[in-house]
Amino acid sequence: MDLQIALLLGQDGITNGAIYALLSLALVLVFTVTRVIFIPQGEFVAFGALTLASLQTGVLPGTLWLLIGLGAVAGLIDTVFALRDRQLQRIPRILGINLALPLALAGLLANIPLSSLGLPIQVLLTLAVVVPLGPLIYRLVFQPIAEASVLVLLIVAVSVHVTLTGLGLFFFGAEGSRTPSFTDASFEIGDAMIQGQTLLVVAASLTLIVALYLFFERTLWGKALRATAMNRTGARLMGISATMAGKLSFSVAALIGAFSGILISPITTIYYDSGFLIGLKGFVGAIVGGLGSYPLAAAGAVMVGLLESYSSFWASAFKEVIVFTLIIPVLVWRSLTTRHTEEEE
Amino acid sequence: MSEYSNDTTAEKPLILDVRDLSVSYGKVEALHGLALKIRAGEIVTVIGPNGAGKTTLLSALMGLLPARGEIVYLGQRQGSDRQVEQLVRQGMTLVPEKRELFGEMSVEDNLLLGAFDRYRSGKRDHADTMAEVFDIFPRLRERRRQLAGTLSGGERQMLAMGRALMARPKLLMLDEPSLGLAPLIIREIFRIVGELKKTGVSILLVEQNARAALQIADYGYVLETGEVSLEGPSEALSSDPRVIESYLGLGGRH
Amino acid sequence: MSASPRLQLSPAWVKALPLIGIALLAVAPLLLPEFTVTLLNYIGLYAIVAMGLVLLTGVGGLTSFGQAAFVGLGAYTTATLTTTYGVSPWLTLLVGLALTALVALALGFITLRLSGHYLPLGTIAWGISLYYLFGNVEFLGGHTGISGIPTLGVFGFELHSGREFFYLIWLAVLGVVVLTRNLLDSRSGRAIRALKGGSLMAEAMGVNTPRAKIVIFTVAALYACLSGWLYAHLQRFVNPTPFSLTQGIEYLFMAVIGGVAHVWGALLGAGLITILKQWLQDWLPQLLGQSGNFEIIFFGLMMIFILHRSRDGLWPILLRFVPQAPAAQRVTTVGQPLARRPVVERGQELLSVREATKRFGGLVANNQMSLDVRAGEVVALIGPNGAGKSTLFNGISGVDPLTSGEITFRGERVERLPSREIARRGMSRTFQHVRLLSGMSVLDNVAIGAHLRGDRGYLPAALHLERDEEARLLTEAAYQIERCGLAEHLNDAAGSLPLGKQRIVEIARALAADPCLLLLDEPAAGLRYFEKQALAELLRRLRDEGIGVLLVEHDMDFVMGLADRVVVMEFGEKLAEGLPEDVQRNPAVLEAYLGGVE
Repeated sequence: MDLQIALLLGQDGITNGAIYALLSLALVLVFTVTRVIFIPQGEFVAFGALTLASLQTGVLPGTLWLLIGLGAVAGLIDTVFALRDRQLQRIPRILGINLALPLALAGLLANIPLSSLGLPIQVLLTLAVVVPLGPLIYRLVFQPIAEASVLVLLIVAVSVHVTLTGLGLFFFGAEGSRTPSFTDASFEIGDAMIQGQTLLVVAASLTLIVALYLFFERTLWGKALRATAMNRTGARLMGISATMAGKLSFSVAALIGAFSGILISPITTIYYDSGFLIGLKGFVGAIVGGLGSYPLAAAGAVMVGLLESYSSFWASAFKEVIVFTLIIPVLVWRSLTTRHTEEEE
Repeated sequence: MSEYSNDTTAEKPLILDVRDLSVSYGKVEALHGLALKIRAGEIVTVIGPNGAGKTTLLSALMGLLPARGEIVYLGQRQGSDRQVEQLVRQGMTLVPEKRELFGEMSVEDNLLLGAFDRYRSGKRDHADTMAEVFDIFPRLRERRRQLAGTLSGGERQMLAMGRALMARPKLLMLDEPSLGLAPLIIREIFRIVGELKKTGVSILLVEQNARAALQIADYGYVLETGEVSLEGPSEALSSDPRVIESYLGLGGRH
Repeated sequence: MSASPRLQLSPAWVKALPLIGIALLAVAPLLLPEFTVTLLNYIGLYAIVAMGLVLLTGVGGLTSFGQAAFVGLGAYTTATLTTTYGVSPWLTLLVGLALTALVALALGFITLRLSGHYLPLGTIAWGISLYYLFGNVEFLGGHTGISGIPTLGVFGFELHSGREFFYLIWLAVLGVVVLTRNLLDSRSGRAIRALKGGSLMAEAMGVNTPRAKIVIFTVAALYACLSGWLYAHLQRFVNPTPFSLTQGIEYLFMAVIGGVAHVWGALLGAGLITILKQWLQDWLPQLLGQSGNFEIIFFGLMMIFILHRSRDGLWPILLRFVPQAPAAQRVTTVGQPLARRPVVERGQELLSVREATKRFGGLVANNQMSLDVRAGEVVALIGPNGAGKSTLFNGISGVDPLTSGEITFRGERVERLPSREIARRGMSRTFQHVRLLSGMSVLDNVAIGAHLRGDRGYLPAALHLERDEEARLLTEAAYQIERCGLAEHLNDAAGSLPLGKQRIVEIARALAADPCLLLLDEPAAGLRYFEKQALAELLRRLRDEGIGVLLVEHDMDFVMGLADRVVVMEFGEKLAEGLPEDVQRNPAVLEAYLGGVE
């Protein structure tokens, strides 16, 4: 391998690593706030990419029907609860958010020339379709069992993953999609050619990471999420409800997932089931951080990206084997550094 | 049940009126048929040995545990499905026994989160409230940038109380504020609790440390194995020998 | 299981069910069409894997999504060895099992040490790894796989068709069912089941929990390997697809949907999922107008529903149609009771704690605490909330070792020993927050306490070669239950008892270990007046037998009436020590409890 190839591979690794890093942050967030190991994260990546691809070909994406369906079920359940509790004043809001908004979005999408819109608008519409799926899934699937053990939540998360993958196949078919590059620009630095797309992905990831940092450090809502992650009882006593924190963290995770999908889709062809492996690589990063530390998770994820990129050069067939076997030394390291203690009052 | 007359406080409006409250863990009743009243601006203390059900009482009042019986708070009868979050909005706060601070956040952020619900409902007076809290606990002002997890035991208790005050509560419930603290610091904490009375907040003080609690309280209840065994104005209780018996038993009574 | 439905089988039918089942299995291949036989073959293969998950997840509380990889290990081992090297299939079964055991031990050694959720995450990772490995290694045939795997011969009879293979598969299923049931109904089985109650309790009862975990992890992997071996010789062809993570997830779905805590649940789940899958694969593409594996949507939703509404799966629901068989008479009086520890002479020192200190970070929970307990005396440890009593208990029993200090138990230093080693030396304890296995009977719970008084391991248990020892253990447990006044609850589920009685069950469990020192953490909490009287009476009797008792208790009437000596703690230190009546009058104690008088 000469320097040029090394740099090229490094570039690839960092690009992918940046996206894995984003995903790993979302996984850490969701786990610390809700104790859910968010296996379906990858489906949000695929849904983001494929929804954008649908919009660009002028087709209404299947995720839109999913949004309407989940909204209808959630709206129905919450209305029944409101009727039971005699809190009729809540019903307009429940129906507005869960039914009217998705329908309005569908009406909008059906009546505008989707394929000829500018890319930023298409991206925004994609996020508008995919991101609300996050809190809806929390509401329907995880909120009723919020007190269950981590293991039960994990099995449920895996169930959500297979369901969404099946739906992805139904919505988008078995064929993959690749969206056009955001930019064709490239720069030459010394011997190396740096592609504009790479810079864009890295810059967008960094921007999102900084935005997340500011959200957690500077806003009361972000602090409320961190507070819930640190001490659930303490947070509840401040009036921060676990349900609200759960929905918010799932929204942030869905946003990160869909956004990652949009970023990655010009680089690789995304199939309905591609998200899973991408999400799991974010996981390897998150596990490096012990599912608790954001910086370690991000660093681990970038490392996964680089490892994957270089191993695809030397042993392309064994790329996945190498990346996922990496988890074993990481687990060994974890088992040596963390002392497993059982909760005992 | 009361053997002492308490008509001096009868005129003030009731903040909390609890009747026939029972709480069970599985098949075991931890509290049976408890009655308790708190009037505006009063400090009411519930004392008793550990295991008597004091923390259970507070958890039930705060909506952390399901309970049977009647709880009337601010004139409103509470439904059985009441949530902690609703009660916080209605001005009820609990400083729990374990403090439950946000250890990896600064003192200032902990306090800020105390005002989360007010902020959420559009009230943006947290800066003023924080200044007031700092006046009550000057130590917290000194440590405002420090992480809550690095505070000493007394400071942690102060932060927990300050954080609760950030919500501008109508009813402040304190669970064993003296727990694990050295005598000097206990004295300081109790002095502050006594002074909080001037701000008009009603206080329900649950304590094992009976003498200190009775010194600042207006009225007291002695809780023993899930039931009120004795109640009355604090002066009367502090000289009642039965309080001591409830703590240390009577050797050879059985 | 509150209201039993009207439709119920009569007890005679219930007894006959297994026989009817076996008879049906015997004639099934002769009567059923080819397609149905094939379906039943697959159900059998899947059930074997799911059975491993019952042991692992349902009983042991560990979760694996990676069982398909072990199935692949079994299948590929035999495929490679038989096709390339012409090794006999029966030999490759042994090689496959050995290889699987090796891999499972290595993976288990790494991942089982980690807290709960790392294991399933780890299984996902190596599930994927192994799948890609199967698909990319040339001598394993890559993605096209290996064909031409020979048929199996049994006593010279070649199993060519699915109908013939049926008998082998279902024999294996029955074998696995019997082994699993035997294993669970034994001393080792109780040790495995104790894992779910938290390793803290299990260790304090003397169970080597890391070993128990690794055993069930390996057994589950071996079942999977067996299924893979059968699969390879049934199909006579392997490729990576059936060993993917998706299939691993489906195995877990089978176990959970069927009822992960029940051996028959695995069979039910495997049957249900396999049949449903067949049906949905025909029907869904027509409905949706596309082809694809859409049945997974249905299974995913079904799992979510099951975990929301009926976490124990479908088997317990099915059980409601079957009348509750009267609890089998499991306790028989056997000739020889268990050997007892030599009695320590009354008054002799049992336990001596010197300058015990425990720090949690900056917090000093115990500071230079010292106390003694002699044989035949009751010592009460009292003090205000947060004084550090439970911490000291955990230090003494080895559950959470001291930072510094010395603990001498029967003349031997024990402060660095793990709790199961301390238990072995004759110290037994109860927990402040009751740690019983609520779904298990009182008898089984108490028998866990006698764990260290037996020594037959996992293999004899699986083959039920330890029935004599088992009977003696159960007799001992039943004796302790009776002694504690709970004879009427012998076969009740421990969780159905009121909390006060559950505490007594904990005492019976501790006694089943034949201890010379009992540590009781708030034994009287939640008891009614007359129950406390009975407990005090029991403790007095134990004291008279020469057992030392150290107890933490808040009920002062109880303590003062029972204890020979009282040790008072405050701020992690000893505040006072003496006779009950002296302690009650001690001004320092009054101040600790009631606060200072200014």
